[in-house]
Amino acid sequence: MHRFANPTRFLKIATAIQPWVMAVTVILTAVGLYMALISSPADYQQGESVRIMYVHVPAAWMGMFCYAALAIASAVALIWKHPLADVAAKATAPVGAAFTFLSLVTGSLWGKPMWGTWWVWDARLTSMLILFFLYIGYMALFDAFDDRARGAKAAAILSLVGAVNLPIIKFSVNWWNTLHQPASVIKMGGPSIDASMLWPLFLLAIAFKGYYIWVLLVRMRQELTANKVRILRAKQAHGG
Amino acid sequence: MQDFLNMGGYGAFVWPSYAITAVVMLVLLVVSVRSLKSTEATYKRLQAELGQEQEEQKTES
Repeated sequence: MHRFANPTRFLKIATAIQPWVMAVTVILTAVGLYMALISSPADYQQGESVRIMYVHVPAAWMGMFCYAALAIASAVALIWKHPLADVAAKATAPVGAAFTFLSLVTGSLWGKPMWGTWWVWDARLTSMLILFFLYIGYMALFDAFDDRARGAKAAAILSLVGAVNLPIIKFSVNWWNTLHQPASVIKMGGPSIDASMLWPLFLLAIAFKGYYIWVLLVRMRQELTANKVRILRAKQAHGG
Repeated sequence: MQDFLNMGGYGAFVWPSYAITAVVMLVLLVVSVRSLKSTEATYKRLQAELGQEQEEQKTES
């Protein structure tokens, strides 16, 4: 990992791989959308409304995936003081918040026709809402200190404490009674969805991962350039 | 086409789901790329200014 610890080398690598990430994301999104909206069948119980699943489930997975990435990057930043870890964590937060928000909104749009309600205060929905607030809290805390290093440290600790929410989200559908359906893809004994529905789901899930890496690279490059700007500004102030 | 847009009566739920997902993802991407471009421009400008100042200091001394 420390081969990539040098921000200058990272900037070079990030700039080089970004077009590939963009290409993969765009192609997978196009194929995934075609399969999700056109070539996949309607559900025998839910009819055409099942198509909401192809954006709802990948968005929810990404909401949790990004939080795991955020917490791991924060741990690396706290323990090893890796110079890119805080940058990666900070760049991940808005993406995770966006995906969590999307999972809540699309879930609501799916819940209304299927459950007859936009929202219930059950464990799955509530723990997902808490995840969204954790992202907001992380971003607010990061910027709340004049000393940037202190803000990064406080936010990193918050993200580690909040990580306890991840298993709660995952197992909430087994531990408590809920309207939300239990896992049907990632579970013991393999998925219980037909391949014609699994394909668009997986393609869009990978497309969303590609999108995350794309935005992550852009935001990390921005943050590293902003650091260089701060150094130049300080030089200018001292020199002038 | 009409059938496709109607989505078996669920069009009012399916299309907004896809639309808001597209809008949120595009906005976040565009905001991120714009912020990178403007920070890079600031960096280049500062670098040029600092370079000039150093040149001036050299000629003065």
